[in-house]
Amino acid sequence: MTERAGTTGLIMNEPLLWEKTKPGRMGISIPKSDVAAAPLDPEFVGEGPNFPDLSEVDVVRHFTRLSQWNFGVDTGMYPLGSCTMKYNPKIHEKIAALPGFAGAHPMLPPDLAQGILRIMYELEQFLCEITGMDATTLQPAAGAHGELTAMLLFYAYHKRKGEKRTKILIPDTAHGTNPASAALCGYASIPVTSGHDGVLSVEAVEALMDEETAGIMVTNPNTLGLFEENIRKVAEVVHGKGGLVYGDGANMNAVMGIVKMGEIGIDAIHLNLHKTFSTPHGGGGPGSGPVCVRKHLEPFLPVPRVIKNGDDYALQYNRPDSIGKIHAFHGNFGILIRAYSYILSMGRHLKTASQHAVLSANYIKERLKDVLHLPYDRPCMHECVFTDKNQEDFKITTLDMAKRLMDYGFHPPTIYFPLVVHGAIMIEPTETEPKENLDQFIEAFKVIVKEAAETPELLREAPTAPKVRRLDEATAARKPCLCG
Amino acid sequence: MRYLPHTNEDVTEMLQVVGAANLDDLFSSIPEECRFKGELNLPPDMTEWELTDHMTALADRMASPPGYRIFLGAGSYPHFIPTSVHYLLGRSEFSTAYTPYQPEISQGTLQAIFEYQTLTARLLGMEVANASMYDGASALAEALLMAIRIERGKKTTVAVSKLIHPHYRKVVQTYFKPTGYRIIELPYLPDGSTDLSAVDEIENVAAIALQSPNFFGCIENIKAASDKAHALKALSVVCFTEPLAYGLFKNPGSQEADIVCGEGQSLGIPQSFGGPGLGMFASLNKYVRNMPGRLIGQTTDQDGKRGFVLTLATREQHIRRERATSNICSNQGLCATMSTMYMASVGGTGIRKLARLNLNKAEYLKSELKKAGFRMPFERPGFNEFVVEFPKGFESTYQKLVGKKIVAGIPIECHYPELAGHYLLCATETHSKADMDALVKEVTS
Repeated sequence: MTERAGTTGLIMNEPLLWEKTKPGRMGISIPKSDVAAAPLDPEFVGEGPNFPDLSEVDVVRHFTRLSQWNFGVDTGMYPLGSCTMKYNPKIHEKIAALPGFAGAHPMLPPDLAQGILRIMYELEQFLCEITGMDATTLQPAAGAHGELTAMLLFYAYHKRKGEKRTKILIPDTAHGTNPASAALCGYASIPVTSGHDGVLSVEAVEALMDEETAGIMVTNPNTLGLFEENIRKVAEVVHGKGGLVYGDGANMNAVMGIVKMGEIGIDAIHLNLHKTFSTPHGGGGPGSGPVCVRKHLEPFLPVPRVIKNGDDYALQYNRPDSIGKIHAFHGNFGILIRAYSYILSMGRHLKTASQHAVLSANYIKERLKDVLHLPYDRPCMHECVFTDKNQEDFKITTLDMAKRLMDYGFHPPTIYFPLVVHGAIMIEPTETEPKENLDQFIEAFKVIVKEAAETPELLREAPTAPKVRRLDEATAARKPCLCG
Repeated sequence: MRYLPHTNEDVTEMLQVVGAANLDDLFSSIPEECRFKGELNLPPDMTEWELTDHMTALADRMASPPGYRIFLGAGSYPHFIPTSVHYLLGRSEFSTAYTPYQPEISQGTLQAIFEYQTLTARLLGMEVANASMYDGASALAEALLMAIRIERGKKTTVAVSKLIHPHYRKVVQTYFKPTGYRIIELPYLPDGSTDLSAVDEIENVAAIALQSPNFFGCIENIKAASDKAHALKALSVVCFTEPLAYGLFKNPGSQEADIVCGEGQSLGIPQSFGGPGLGMFASLNKYVRNMPGRLIGQTTDQDGKRGFVLTLATREQHIRRERATSNICSNQGLCATMSTMYMASVGGTGIRKLARLNLNKAEYLKSELKKAGFRMPFERPGFNEFVVEFPKGFESTYQKLVGKKIVAGIPIECHYPELAGHYLLCATETHSKADMDALVKEVTS
């Protein structure tokens, strides 16, 4: 193959913060005091935390070295399935840091916060347009928080009709957080098995849906990267029994401008702004999980709602059917601002983004299906799912191949998910990865498959290039050391 | 479009490999009746330069410092953030990574969060802290659910102080609505602390929850609440909105709290209209398996080198599904990292100085307002915010002050109808004596 992306370089060791402490050092400039010292009641005074004392240079060097042990989207291809690790535009960081936004207090009187309220109002409109829904709440702080919000909406909707439903249908190809979100609302998850073609059948839903069931949580496209083609009929069945259809929009990156969820029977959908709308994933967050709903769920949305009167924006609290608040303030506004900026920068290109994301996934699927086992050989959406079945004879697993990919300079795909596929390898390249990188990734994977057959020990020993090798996770869990 | 690298030639080549005639063909698996045929009705795409102008104009419509002098706290506090923290956070190896599922190439995130857990535990006086929750409000809701879980669902009532941030109590109510669990609010005493005597009347209490400093800015007697809770075989839950206070005052752990949670925005995170902030969450070791959220643990690699991994994942939703301790997946990782950079920068010496300065500033403003004849209804000591009663008709003075670019606190009557004309004011190290003198001069003129 051509030159590998992955190589080794000088990586620095770095102790834990408190191993570097030297009492008397300080990394912050303490403002001068221009007022008298107030008396202190010793009854309340404590010792203060045992924080390390470090100079500014100690802190800067510490975190710079730590950052170099990390792999991010800016480092290289990060095809983590279902996470949409697309490029995060740099201008958004500058915009979010504008003092007017970064220094804004969340309880400012609305007439002093018109700039932000306008952004929130317009972002709600944009997300409604993209999903084909009627109203949006921006409060949920992440995807799972959005799922919970939607389940609370379902609960409130049924309650308003004088019903208490106890169950919710969740297909085996739905996202992993769905059952836990439903459980927080007291719903028992009823699993629905997907058909042999990887999608939901109307019959399977029909057999389980009844008047005790609040609705169904469908991830569409599902976690196999397949479009739920029976979704309209599934929705009819669920609606027929008085239930509601929830769409997990984590995979929205496949269908912007191509499918409007509000038009195909979905009643509520959450979006992951940190996936589809390019906000940085932050090493695990902060995300943002707005929920878009059809008209009949709007009365139940969290308060306050941003409303527009003429040219002015205001906050509305008095909504008797609202589920209440789901966040202390207005959600992760700093993330909303990045998503808003992204939509304004992309405009009509959002559809192109989805087309290219789907093209790239299908391209990888076509070029790797000769060497990797492809359980569902049909056109995929924005991600494709392989397995390690072809490597079984060599006793090489998905994990071994994933670890070996690191040595070649790639972040591994999502592995062992979805659970319906044994040894799953879920690849989501996104639209922002140039073709040359896709080719290099494909080539690296082919070399790894060859290595699996010829020199399997290279895979079992992998990775060898990163700062640390495989870690002892069993001991970490058996004898937890969670605090230094 | 600069974020879309595929050229027309790339697209043609790739379509050929895929065996599709054009881009629309890629979506053949989507039934015709599910497809949207029109064009999205969105504004025309902006250049980077148009976007910058547009956003700058919107930012300029915000009443934020330095143009405005804002005396607001109530869960979101203005503090200086060292430039080095912003600079380090700009390292995109941190910001453009995701959850550290692959520890070998995520040690930066993992060690930083392990350090966050440790410094958080030290700040709060607890044994173990998780990798973060969404915000202070959802952290409190999860803490109360955790307390009920620890009691194995046998005790299903929580006693929640009325002096916990009203928004936090609303979020707790939202989380609790479908559960059938009961929330009983504890009234407050004339001195501005929680009246714990009402707890004795309540049956089946799983937890007593206080906030300290509380919504009125007063320091609570956490020890008394913990004693009361433990006498009832319930848990003592303490929440906070201003963690900087623990740089000076006794932390909740030293007063025998069992679960401590709250908002960490004060620790180096911009206010950003209330988010993203940082839900901090800590408890005693014995409750760790009931904790929500991610945990990072120390371990070794094959060669015996120190390293860090996500651990105790069997509590979490992706393994345990509906029996998980919470549904949380994405958290506030980058904010946790930012607060670690901040806590490392202020250090043990700095945090005490900074906390002392906050107290001094607020006490100065308080004493000047007192001198000017305004009443402070609550005598209990506070940290950097306090309640003041302004005379009837103060609304017009408030508007006049806004005209002078001063925002004189938050009226709290909407949350406490008995406190008409009462405002919550905050002063931190960012407020100069001159700012405070200007405020006092304007409210009295």
